[in-house]
Amino acid sequence: MIWLHSKRARRRITLVGCYAIIALFSVFFLFPIYYMAITSFKTNQEIEGLKGIPFLIQQGATLKHYWDLFQKTDFLVYFKNTIQVTVPVTVISMMISILAAYSLSRLRFAGSAAIATGIFLTYLVPESLLFIPLFKTVGFFGLLNSKWSLLLVFPTITVPFCTWILIGYFSSIPRELDEAALVDGANHLQMLLRVFLPVALPGLVAATLFAFTVSWAGFLYPMAFIFSSNQQVLTAGVVSTLIRGDVYHWGGLMAGALLACLPPVIFYVFLMDYYISGLTAGATKA
Amino acid sequence: MANSVRDGVVVEEYSREAIRFGPRVSAWLRSRSLIAIFMSLPLLILILGLVVYPFFYSIYLSMLNKRETAFVGLDNLRYLLSYETFYLVLQNSVVFTVSAVFFKALLGFTLALTINALPQRGQRIWRGIALIPWVMPLALSTLGWWWIFEPTHSALNWVLALAGISPKPWLSEPFWARFATILVNIWFGTPFFMIMYLAGLKSIPQELFESSAIDGATGLQRLRYITLPMLRNIIAITMLFSTIVTFANFDIVRVLTRGGPRDNTHLFGTYAFQLGIQGGDVPLGAAVSLFMFPILAVSAFFILRGVQRSVR
Repeated sequence: MIWLHSKRARRRITLVGCYAIIALFSVFFLFPIYYMAITSFKTNQEIEGLKGIPFLIQQGATLKHYWDLFQKTDFLVYFKNTIQVTVPVTVISMMISILAAYSLSRLRFAGSAAIATGIFLTYLVPESLLFIPLFKTVGFFGLLNSKWSLLLVFPTITVPFCTWILIGYFSSIPRELDEAALVDGANHLQMLLRVFLPVALPGLVAATLFAFTVSWAGFLYPMAFIFSSNQQVLTAGVVSTLIRGDVYHWGGLMAGALLACLPPVIFYVFLMDYYISGLTAGATKA
Repeated sequence: MANSVRDGVVVEEYSREAIRFGPRVSAWLRSRSLIAIFMSLPLLILILGLVVYPFFYSIYLSMLNKRETAFVGLDNLRYLLSYETFYLVLQNSVVFTVSAVFFKALLGFTLALTINALPQRGQRIWRGIALIPWVMPLALSTLGWWWIFEPTHSALNWVLALAGISPKPWLSEPFWARFATILVNIWFGTPFFMIMYLAGLKSIPQELFESSAIDGATGLQRLRYITLPMLRNIIAITMLFSTIVTFANFDIVRVLTRGGPRDNTHLFGTYAFQLGIQGGDVPLGAAVSLFMFPILAVSAFFILRGVQRSVR
C-alpha cells in the first residue's frame, strides 16, 4: 500500500512538472500572437505613450487600425492578389503531383526510382538558392513585376513535396484493389479517379493544405520578382509597403500581419490532423 | 501470380487493338511505361525547366560581369573571397545555423517528451497549440517579433526594466541582433522538431518500456538506453533537414534586421538578395547563393541515406 501510494504521488509530481514545462512553452509560442493582437486594438496614443503595462489595453480598445487598413492602404488588393495566386497554384500543384505520384508509385518504368529520388532532392532545394536565376527566367517570360510570375515559381516548391507525400500514400494502397479494378476493365485514368483518390483522401487533404500554406506564406519570390503595390501579395505587401514613413504605425502593421496570417491558421485549426500526418509522412516515409 | 493476371488482361487488350494499328505502334502506345511517362511529364518539365536548368544557369550567370556583357570566369568568386563582409556572412550563417538547430532539437525533444508523458486525452490540444508558430507565415510572425524587440515602447525592454536590468538595443547592436534572429528561428522551428520527435516516440513499441520497468530501470536509464537509440535516425534526419532550411533562411533576417547592423546578421540568402536584386549585380548575387550549395549538398546526401535506411 505504501508503495502504491508513493508511486501515485510520484506520478502526480511528474504530471505537475510536465504541465509547468508545457505552460512555459505555450507562453513562448503564443506570446507574439497575443502581443500582435493586443497592439492592433490599442489607440496610437497608448502605443506611443510610455506609461502603462504593454500587455494590456488600458485606454480603450479601437478598431481604427483595421478600418485604416481597408480604406487607406492596399491591403485588400494584396488579399485579392494572394487569393488569385494561391488558389491556382494549389490546383496546378495537385494536378501535377497526383499524376506523377500515381505513375511513380504504380506504373514503374525505367528510371522511375531515380526520378522519385530526384523529387526528394528537389524538395530539399531551398528558395534562396535559385531565386537569382529564376529572376532571369521570370524576366524571360516577361512576367517580372507581375503576380502571375508566382504561378510559375511557387510550384517548384509545392510540387516536389506534394508528389513525395502522395507517393507514400499511394504506395500504401494494397495492390489487390487496383487488380480488382483492372479485371473489371478500368483504365488507368478511371482507376486513379475511382480508386486511388478516394482511398488516399487524407493524403490529398494533407498535400493540398501544404501547397496552400506554402504559397500563401511565400515571401522571397514576391519580394524578388514584384515591385508594384498593385501586383503585390500579402506577405511582401504588408512587410514592404506598410512600413514606409518615418513613424512606424505599429497598430496598423500588427493588424495587417495578423489578418494576413488568419486563413492558414483557420485551415490549420480545423484540419490539424491532416496537417500533422502530412508533415510526418513527408520526412519519414519513402 | 497477381501480376501475371493483370498483365494477361492488358496483353489481351493490346492484341485486339493491334489489328487496327499494326502491332508495334499500338503496343508501344498502350504500354504502361508510355502512359507513366506521360503522367509524370508535367512534373519532369517543371523540375528540369525551373529547378535543374536554373541551377546550371546560375553557375553560368555567376561567371559574368555586373552588366552581364562579358564572361569573367571566377572573378566574382575571387572578389567575394577577398571581401571582408563575405566572411562576416559566412561566419554569421554558421553561428546562426548551428545554434538555432541545436536549441530547436533540444527544446523540441524536451517538449515531445513532456507532451508524450501527459494523459492521452490532453495530448492533442497541447500538440495543436505548440504547432501554431510553424503554421503562421514566417515573414508576418517575424513582423510581430520586430515589434516586440522595439527598444523604447515595447514589451521586452519593459520586462527588463521591471526586473531592474538596463534596456538592450535589441536590433541595433550586433550581438543582440544575432541573438534576436536566432531566437525567432527557435520560436518558429521548435514545433517542427516536436512533431517529428513525438511521431518517433509513438512508434517505439510499448513493450520495451514495460519490460524495462520490470527490470527496475529508472526514467533516465530508459531515456538513455531505449528512447534515444530508437529515435537516433529520426533525430538525425530532422536535424539535417532543419540545417538546410535554417541555413537557407531568408524571411527572419530580412524582416528583423535586413542584415544589419553593418551586415552583421546577413545569411547567404539575404546577402544575395541585397547584392543581386537590390544592388542590381545579378551575377554577384548568383555567386553568393551558390556558396550555399556545398553545405546543402552534404546535408541532402546524409538525409537521403537516412531516409532510405529507415525504409528498409
